[in-house]
Formats: sequence, C-alpha cells, structure tokens
Amino acid sequence: MRYWRKPLDIEGLKIPRGNIQILKERCKGCGFCVEFCPQHVLEVSEEFNSKGYHPPYVKDGDGCVSCGLCEMLCPEFAIYRLEEEREVQVL
Amino acid sequence: MEPERHPMDDLLREDRLPHIWCSGCGIGTAVTCFISALLKSGLDLDKVAVVSGIGCTGRVAGYIKLDSFHTTHGRAIAFATGLKLANPELKVVIFSGDGDLIAIGGNHFIHAARRNIDMTVICVNNFNYGMTGGQVGPTTPVGARTTTSPYGCFEHPFNIPYLAAASGAVYVARWTMLHVRRLERSIGEALAKRGFSLVEVIAPCPTNYGRRQRRRTGLDSLKYYHQKGVIKHGANPRDVDIDLDGEIIEGVFVDIEKPTFSDFCQEGLSRAMGNRGP
Ligand code: SF4
Ligand code: SF4
Ligand code: SF4
Repeated sequence: MRYWRKPLDIEGLKIPRGNIQILKERCKGCGFCVEFCPQHVLEVSEEFNSKGYHPPYVKDGDGCVSCGLCEMLCPEFAIYRLEEEREVQVL
Repeated sequence: MEPERHPMDDLLREDRLPHIWCSGCGIGTAVTCFISALLKSGLDLDKVAVVSGIGCTGRVAGYIKLDSFHTTHGRAIAFATGLKLANPELKVVIFSGDGDLIAIGGNHFIHAARRNIDMTVICVNNFNYGMTGGQVGPTTPVGARTTTSPYGCFEHPFNIPYLAAASGAVYVARWTMLHVRRLERSIGEALAKRGFSLVEVIAPCPTNYGRRQRRRTGLDSLKYYHQKGVIKHGANPRDVDIDLDGEIIEGVFVDIEKPTFSDFCQEGLSRAMGNRGP
C-alpha cells in the first residue's frame, strides 16, 4: 500500500495477505471467485481439470488482501486462503 | 507433504466431493455460509443436527459431517420436530429447498412456525423444481418460463418471508447467496434465536431455471442479484414479493421474542404435576 506521507506507526502496521490455494479437481469453473474478487487477483486458466472445467489461477497474488470472499462464494469448497501478513511499504 | 485440505473439510463428508450440484448452482455457497456461521456460533457441534428433505437442496444433509438426516419428500420439518421433542438439547437445522419445504411440506412449515418450535430453517429458493427437470414450483414468479410453463407461469407465487411471518416465525431473513457475509451473519443470528427462525436464500439454478429466463450461467444470476438486490432491514414481509426480473428485497424482516413450544410444555407440565415434578 502506498502512502504519500509516512504514518507514525508504520513499523507496527501489517496488511493481511492471503496465500490462495485452489483445489483444481473440485472446481467446476463457475467463475464466481474470478468475477467477484475485489482485488482482481484471480483469472480463469487455460488448463483443464479431469472433468473438463477450467479452474482459476492466481494472477496477482500480491494484490490479495485475504478478504475471504472467494472462499465463501465458491460453491465447490475449491478455493481457500492461508493467511499471512506483510509489512506496509512506503514508496 | 500434507494433503491439501479446505478449512471447511472437517465439517464435510469429503469422500462424497465433488458434490452433485451443477456448475454455477448456488446451493454450495449457501452451505459454505452455513458452515462458516456454525463455526463462529460456538455451538457444541455434537449437539447440532441437520435435516433435509428431497430435491437438490435436500442433498445438503448428505454432505455435512454432523448428525444429519435425509428424510422423505416434504417431511423434513416433521422429522425435525420429532428429533427436537425427543432430544430438546439438540440444535435442529432444516436445510431444504422451496419445493420441498413450501409446496409438499407447506403444512409442516406453517404449523412449526405457528407452534414456534425451536428450530432453524434454511430454505434455498431457486424458483423451480431443479432436480426433476425444472417444473413450476410454489415460488415460481408470474410469467417465468419453466418446463411446465412454456408460455410463462400463470400462478401467483408464495412470498416465503410473508408466509413465515404470518405463521408466527420469530426470526425471518432473506439474502441472495451473493451477499455471503450478510447471509452468514443472518444464519448465525437464526441459530442463536430461540424459536422458529427462517432464512430464505435466493440461489441460482442455471441448469433448469436460469437459462429459461435468459440467465444462462450462475454468474449471470449473480450479476442480476448484484443489480437488483435491495437491502431493506425491517421491511414489512408483505411487501417483499419477488417479480420476474424485478427487485429482490433482502434483509432481516422479523426479529421478535415469544415463548416457544418447549416453554409452554415445561410450564404446563410443571403446573399439572404440582410439586411432584415430571
Ligand atoms: S481472499 Fe479476497 S482478495 Fe484474496 S483472492 Fe480471495 S476474494 Fe480476492
Ligand atoms: S468459485 Fe470455486 S468452483 Fe467457481 S471457478 Fe472459483 S474455484 Fe472454481
Ligand atoms: S438442477 Fe438446478 S438446483 Fe439442481 S444442482 Fe443443478 S443448478 Fe442446482
């Protein structure tokens, strides 16, 4: 995240980040996660799973803020996140 | 390496996944919201029972790894009532579809609400009988095309929140499955409520209903919910009808307190037994 001025408590700030995991074989390619991710982290892949669906892939992992929307919206229990933290960077 | 496990897998019968629901079907999302609400509720999971009837949503009981009960068509609430009366400690959740709960099971539904039996009903409404090929159901909007209404549906549909509220439910909410966070919260509130609580979940059935209304995929339906969903907490349930292609009013419509069936049983029994105690 960019700040124009440096917040005083910058050292202590952490932004949650999701490490997105996709269980490709469960996915049925509905596209809900891709469409509604507020950070546009996901994209439909070219790859097929064994049922012939295109699972999503993580296009921009750094953008993920671990909001959990993809995990809740997925009707197939096929996507979840491992929560991580990262330091706030000042540019 | 550890095998990949979804955080909800502990509450799912993994060996049965992937489930039978079609790509873009909304039932799975209603289940994730339920599991998530359940995990946050702090309830003792050994004392939660899930009861389903028949139909696509009727499959839910079979996928949830809790004490669960897949009953006969329309009778989920009847079985659940027996379960609750025999073992009052249980938190009984009925998870079924509009056809099962409101048509064939309609009488059980209104009478359980009238008696204010302590149970939570999650009713997935996809406006048709999905499993049997997409026939007109009790909630199909006027004008909707289905396999049995090729010229558009000629029947007035039930407004489920109004039906529940008029019958005596103490908690009534409706959300589309797109509004996952709000839906999860409402399910949590319903679980915490004493008495008959109802959460209606509007969900896409792209295979049979959506595609006949020119919403071919589940995603088309979600975009429609995004466009036409209007949140109105406390709206009068009488005013929340759903028209074909019209607005979908969502929110918590009823949240009241009143004695439950078990309260009256307890009270009546102790009065009748005097000091002798039951
Ligand atoms: S957790 Fe939120 S930000 Fe991250 S991929 Fe999922 S929807 Fe996008
Ligand atoms: S929401 Fe789930 S099933 Fe749909 S595309 Fe994403 S991972 Fe696949
Ligand atoms: S028929 Fe409809 S309700 Fe049944 S699984 Fe398919 S999309 Fe879902």
